[in-house]
Amino acid sequence: MLNEASGIDAQSSPGGQQPAVKPDIIRIEGVHKWYGGFHVLKNLNLTVRQGEKIVICGPSGSGKSTFIRCINRLEEHQHGSIIVDDIELTDDVRQIDSVRRDVGMVFQHFNLFPHLTVLENCCLAPVWVKKIPRKEAESTAMEYLERVRIPDQANKYPGQLSGGQQQRVAIARALCMKPKIMLFDEPTSALDPEMIAEVLDVMIELAGSGMTMLCVTHEMGFAKTVADRVIFMDAGEIVEQAPPQEFFSNPKEPRAQKFLQQILQH
Amino acid sequence: MKKQAINARTYGVKPWYDPRVRSLVYQTLAIALVFWGGWVLVENTLSNMASRGISTGFGFLDETAGFGIIMHLVPYDATMSYGRTFWVGLANTLLVSCMGVIAATVLGFIIGVARLSSNWLIAKLALVYIEVIRNIPLLLQIFFWYFAVLSNLPSPRQSADLGSALFINNRGLYLPQPVPQEGFGLFIAGVVLAVFAVVWVAKWARKRQLATGERFPMVKVALAILVTVPFVAYVIAGDPLGWDVPALKGFNFKGGITVIPELAALWIALSLYTASFIAEIVRSGILSVSKGQTEAANALGLPNRLTLRLVVIPQSLRVIIPPLTSQYLNLVKNSSLATAIGYPDLVAVFMGTTLNQTGQAVEVVAMTMAVYLTISLLISLLMNLYNRAVAIKER
Repeated sequence: MLNEASGIDAQSSPGGQQPAVKPDIIRIEGVHKWYGGFHVLKNLNLTVRQGEKIVICGPSGSGKSTFIRCINRLEEHQHGSIIVDDIELTDDVRQIDSVRRDVGMVFQHFNLFPHLTVLENCCLAPVWVKKIPRKEAESTAMEYLERVRIPDQANKYPGQLSGGQQQRVAIARALCMKPKIMLFDEPTSALDPEMIAEVLDVMIELAGSGMTMLCVTHEMGFAKTVADRVIFMDAGEIVEQAPPQEFFSNPKEPRAQKFLQQILQH
Repeated sequence: MKKQAINARTYGVKPWYDPRVRSLVYQTLAIALVFWGGWVLVENTLSNMASRGISTGFGFLDETAGFGIIMHLVPYDATMSYGRTFWVGLANTLLVSCMGVIAATVLGFIIGVARLSSNWLIAKLALVYIEVIRNIPLLLQIFFWYFAVLSNLPSPRQSADLGSALFINNRGLYLPQPVPQEGFGLFIAGVVLAVFAVVWVAKWARKRQLATGERFPMVKVALAILVTVPFVAYVIAGDPLGWDVPALKGFNFKGGITVIPELAALWIALSLYTASFIAEIVRSGILSVSKGQTEAANALGLPNRLTLRLVVIPQSLRVIIPPLTSQYLNLVKNSSLATAIGYPDLVAVFMGTTLNQTGQAVEVVAMTMAVYLTISLLISLLMNLYNRAVAIKER
């Protein structure tokens, strides 16, 4: 646990002997993607340093989800290169599998396995993919379930939990693989308002542990507290990227200004 | 206003407006109607039979049947009783049903998965199979296999000869029959020993996987044990198995095991027909599992093979099993089409020949219907138990 760069508790004290500039962990260059004739992603370039927290926002249909789903190859890009932790995503299944082992993902609709208990959900991949002994996988799972504050639900089935609880299990399930990068695809969009806070709290805590995070979200409060950079996408392009204070107080691009006006009106 | 409301609650509504009273009256009426109908039927039948001088009762079951049956799994000859013909027919029905259920399930799962294959040719072949087979009446298909395919095989003298021990002709498939000789017990002991060894190794491998996470090549080791141990026992016992090889004597083959063409045609037709339905059930079951499940499993690094096995199939079973049960029941009941080509199943033997010779219609029909009902309920019961075991728990 102590040596893992991925655990919530690892690197919890920034500063000290850490190097000033951390190495790049994701490099995306000139990525294009088409759905048939529809050009979803247009010439995307992005470099993410280890430990960076990036919030991606933009109007619906702007390609945000498609973009982060390309990073673990749930979607295939057709042009350009994506290199994750020094492994390039190509058609090679072994490379895809090893990237997926290092990249955790949390979905809008949780996607927990309904036929397995919470604990089994968390142990499935460590046991079958990483071939960790079940006992050890279970104790790791319990640790993460405690971090997301639902150890008492370990033996229930997902269908017996509330939406907020399910999403926290989904976060724990992804963390059990000890990933280096976490992707969040609108993790709070399917939740009732009173449950959003409990999920965001867990995500803020995770951010504090030094995890590299890419998060598609409309939670601007979360972006302000946690993000190192905000990326604004529209019509498949990265229109603007800036630190959150700058982006929210002084957006440069007219499209970003319009978007912020719309979401901050209410 | 208030007073009225209190009155209604205290003294109750008028009885003909009270749903509980109403439902009680309707149920009583319905039960009375059913009993009256049943009584009329029984009364009418009894008086009709009495006026025609037909005796009732099951005494006929002990009388001599006096007819032959071309295929019997239980010992039978024409001197035995009508009661025995019942068991012969039942055994034949159960045989073709069991063979059909197994073949249809295996074939149906393969074709159902093939239908979803990303390989264009395989998917389209599966589609064509399903659309052709399930849209042609089963009776026609049975006739096709019996009259168009199996009857056109060569006559016994020109039999197709497969390795001079297997023969196929228009009277059936002739297989050598194993005849156990002295020392065969040792071979059986070897088989039993191998099975126990595999179970023990499986338990040990599972325990070790839980403890250390290391996986054991269970399938390969199990196969090795299952082949080696009985083989060694066989050699030590000194080749304790003789074969009764069928041989051409006169106009037909004698000796060995015979699979009559009626059984083969019925089995092939039932299996192919039911498999086309099972394939669609399997396909719908797999498609019922949302794409998010596959994506979540992939995102965790599970390869497609494990995703299918650990995530998709366990969830699709709960959708597959209820309609699969119906298909099994259909197959068992459809096996009574055996009558059309003369396969001696329960309907052909007992409700056919026995009924014609004895005239005991009420008893024979009742017994036959009771058998199908029992088999069907038993299948439903087993499948429901299994379904409960794989059900997903919510709330």
